[in-house]
Amino acid sequence: MMENLAQLLEQGKQAVAQADNVRLLDEVRVQYLGKKGELTQLLKGLGKLSAEERPAAGAKINEAKEALQADLDAKKALLEEAALSAKLASEKIDVTLPGRKTDLGGMHPVTRTLERIEAFFGSIGYSVAEGPEVEDDYHNFEALNIPAHHPARAMHDTFYFDAHTLLRTHTSPVQVRTMEEKQPPIRIICPGRVYRCDYDQTHSPMFHQVEGLLIDKDVSFADLKGTLEEFLREFFEEDVKVRFRPSYFPFTEPSIEVDIDRGDGKWLEVLGCGMVHPKVFEYSGIDPEVYTGFAFGMGVERLAMLRYGVNDLRLFFENDLRFLGQFR
Amino acid sequence: MKFSEQWLREWVKPALSTQALADQLSLAGLEVDEVSGVAGHFEGVVVAEIISAAQHPDADKLQVCQVSDGNETFQVVCGAANARAGLKTSFARVGAILPGDFKIKKAKLRGVESMGMLCAEDELGLSDDHGGIMELSPDAPVGVDLREFLNLNDSLIDVDLTPNRGDCLSIAGLAREVGVLNQVPVANIQIDEVAAVCDDTFSVTLSAPHACPRYVGRVIRNINPGATTPLWMQEKLRRSGIRSIDPVVDVTNYVLLELGQPMHAFDLNKLSEGIVVRMANAGETLVLLDETEVTLNDDTLLITDAKGPLAMAGIMGGDASGVTDETRDIFLESAFFSPLSIVGRARNYGLHTDSSHRFERGVDWQLQRKAIERATALLLDIVGGEPGPVTEAVSEADLPTVPVVTLRDSRVNSMLAMEMPQATVEDILTRLGMTLNRRNDQAWDVTVPSWRFDITLEVDLIEEIARVYGYDNLPVRTPIAQLPLPPIAERQVTLNRIRRHLMSRDYQEAITYSFIEAGLSAQFDPNTKPLALANPISAEMAVMRTTLWPGLIKAVSYNQNRQQSRIRLFETGQRFLPQVNGGLLQQNTIAGVIAGNRDSEGWTAGKDKIDFFDIKGDVESLLALGGCAEAFSFEAAEHPALHPGQAAQVVRDGEVIGFIGALHPLLMKKLDLNGPVYLFELQQDAVTLGRLPRYSALSKYPEMRRDLSLLVAEQVNFDEIRRTVIAAAGDALKKVTLFDLYQGQGIEAGRKSLALGLTWQHPSRTLTDEEINNSVNAVVAALTNDCGASLRE
Repeated sequence: MMENLAQLLEQGKQAVAQADNVRLLDEVRVQYLGKKGELTQLLKGLGKLSAEERPAAGAKINEAKEALQADLDAKKALLEEAALSAKLASEKIDVTLPGRKTDLGGMHPVTRTLERIEAFFGSIGYSVAEGPEVEDDYHNFEALNIPAHHPARAMHDTFYFDAHTLLRTHTSPVQVRTMEEKQPPIRIICPGRVYRCDYDQTHSPMFHQVEGLLIDKDVSFADLKGTLEEFLREFFEEDVKVRFRPSYFPFTEPSIEVDIDRGDGKWLEVLGCGMVHPKVFEYSGIDPEVYTGFAFGMGVERLAMLRYGVNDLRLFFENDLRFLGQFR
Repeated sequence: MKFSEQWLREWVKPALSTQALADQLSLAGLEVDEVSGVAGHFEGVVVAEIISAAQHPDADKLQVCQVSDGNETFQVVCGAANARAGLKTSFARVGAILPGDFKIKKAKLRGVESMGMLCAEDELGLSDDHGGIMELSPDAPVGVDLREFLNLNDSLIDVDLTPNRGDCLSIAGLAREVGVLNQVPVANIQIDEVAAVCDDTFSVTLSAPHACPRYVGRVIRNINPGATTPLWMQEKLRRSGIRSIDPVVDVTNYVLLELGQPMHAFDLNKLSEGIVVRMANAGETLVLLDETEVTLNDDTLLITDAKGPLAMAGIMGGDASGVTDETRDIFLESAFFSPLSIVGRARNYGLHTDSSHRFERGVDWQLQRKAIERATALLLDIVGGEPGPVTEAVSEADLPTVPVVTLRDSRVNSMLAMEMPQATVEDILTRLGMTLNRRNDQAWDVTVPSWRFDITLEVDLIEEIARVYGYDNLPVRTPIAQLPLPPIAERQVTLNRIRRHLMSRDYQEAITYSFIEAGLSAQFDPNTKPLALANPISAEMAVMRTTLWPGLIKAVSYNQNRQQSRIRLFETGQRFLPQVNGGLLQQNTIAGVIAGNRDSEGWTAGKDKIDFFDIKGDVESLLALGGCAEAFSFEAAEHPALHPGQAAQVVRDGEVIGFIGALHPLLMKKLDLNGPVYLFELQQDAVTLGRLPRYSALSKYPEMRRDLSLLVAEQVNFDEIRRTVIAAAGDALKKVTLFDLYQGQGIEAGRKSLALGLTWQHPSRTLTDEEINNSVNAVVAALTNDCGASLRE
């Protein structure tokens, strides 16, 4: 019986080696190791042996069973792996096909620029103030020290509805309304649409401005310079050269225009600003002996044009998807 | 204001190149727009004389001229009517180069050889004048290069002066400024009093002394009407953009440019009795120098005589009383009109003159005598004549006062954030013509000169100090302030959030004009009369929008015309709603439009067109941003711009806050759009108002679900069914879902099949089957009774 063992094991091992699928392998298992399997049968035959021979023979048979089981496990793993590989190979897809998607819309470049400006000033404590676009003469001009017939009115080509009602020519009336409502300290920016009766390649009858206002005790010209220089460098993310040039606005004194040079030796005007005129304070009930402040105003389209290299102002309001889509 | 650099340098001589001078002016607040040559680039053009001019044998409009350059005579064919024997003119010889790199070559015109070209001013870039070839003075030296003869090696500097700097609207004023900036002396042109040689005067009465507090006049008799303006003066005028007219007018214009005093010359013999300076009576008329007749308003200051208006004071002279070729005796006016009496008046008549431009901004009120003496001296040199004595009508009480402004050291230093040395302050202000008196050890009293109308306050002086010191030389610092925490309203959905949400749902933001065409407005919103602009830029931008849809629809049309078929746009902005009480509601609004296919083209994409539920889904997701989607409901409604069967109003708290729907097919046809097109428009504040999350305890007990399949008449709307279910099912019902909707084959015509999923859950116990069954039975009964529904087997 025991002489059969080695032969049986050898046969089993060969049968395992020859089985080339999981089903055949299982048949081999049943044939040798099942309840009626050939090796299992040998164990049942142990009773015929003497008590002295039995332990050693039993151990040998078990050894053979384990050896065959190990072969079976190894072969099974091999076959499963092969089957998985074959399955995976059959499931291969073209990963370069476009994904199933919802397209992404986009923000208008003017809004994108506005948000950016709001983020800069928001981070240093300015809050956003808004107001009506159809304004009265008082808030758009009078309270900003631009009385009727002032020559500066010629600088604002104004759209009128009647003698007292107009489309705001700047967002400064929002500053006036803020000053009327609260006492300093004030730190606001006023973004929004403004209107001028002028239409050609470099003028649009509607455009956007962000104006800013800071009023506190001991605010100086140096603070204005510092704020705007820093803003312009951060806005362009470049070490732009900044130049402050005297100008004239009835609502500021001194008044300044700010030019930048982005390294090509050309000065480009980017914004106007100045120290708030004492008369503007007086109109709004703020004591100019106690408080000083500065105000600034910038054209959003102009900044967007410089930032993104847009060369025609009219593109902003044509709403051509091929243009707008470039600002995703 | 455009001026000749050479002329300025006669007055002040800074050691600066042209460009450096221009930069310096810009940085001092006198912004230089342009520096250009006083003529185009040309060479080889000389002064020549036409010896003879004869008709061209084969061309009516051409002449064949013999032209001498002093050495040689050339045959030149010329088309100008003023070409005539004896005329001295500009001659471009063969080989000359004219502006635009135009080379003069030998040519044949209609068979006649031409050896060069006689030039008009525009052909040399001297002016826009193409009225004929140039007429040089009879004593012009033949053969001399024209550039040399006209002294053309000069630059024109164009300064864009801000309205506060009327004092720089003259060579004298600019020279003063340049002198200050460079710390160099300014040559004060010697102006002597011209002695009277006759006693003639003409009386002047100031009837509106607040508007005209000073009027200086002078009679000059027996001027030479045949005299011509000298070339140097003509050239200076030309370079300042003023055409030479006749010597008297030229002199008044010259003094205006040189000193900044607008003047006027009357033909003395056309004046009757005396001059009265008064306000106009409404309805009076006056024919101006440009031969237009104006009907005057009573806010207009006039120069009048016994017969009526002579001139619009400070704006323009009258046609009847002006000097002409025959004028022998003149009356010169050099007056001060207050800025407030002139400002805006010219514009009201559609006029803008060199004179009104200066008076509006303020003319030095102590300049009138000096100007009339200067003009007299120039006139005597050119046209001769016998001057009478200078007469002056003045109302001292109405003259501007000399402001004395207190300037505190502390204010200068705090405003500029630096210790400005006293000596610097004194130096700058003194050179600007101010007189400083140290009031105490903390302040000066500063007397402002009569030409500076813009300085009345301490800050005005600080600006002058800063400006001359140089803005770029002043210190820089970052403001320091207390920063309170900003309020962040948690219930509010920000506009940025809304924009990003729409973007992520494939909407592109648009910005359209706030003003639209009146007709388009009426098509979208016929029941509202929009606010109309009094001075629109065009009919297409004439009324304020009452809805954002027309602008968005135009953007759709624009893009459809450019081969874009799938369009999804939104816009945020104000709309302008006139109110019954006459007021105006300026309402922040969010609107959107979609057109074309649901999906953009792709291998996984469907090919379906959009429908109502695409835009409704977008709007529902937008309304859910605030966490209170259930606060909004959609109700079938009508809107003039929308399809009557595919339109809904959006309601929150009983108030209609917007509309969604399909663009009305008629409108779509009128606007030539490709459908389908769906729109939404919502009040921004109704969308941005959200809620604060509020925790409620989670139930530990199981959810129970039952599905119902119903048949109802197709006109029964889902909302009715949903409400019926909720009302009948009892408190434990948590959720109703519509998971299928079907109409068509297998379903009786006129009816539709709905599949509902109902979910119950009790907060504190497990619901029994019996309870669920009772609830289902109640729901079925209610649906049967109230909605005519039947259960589908």
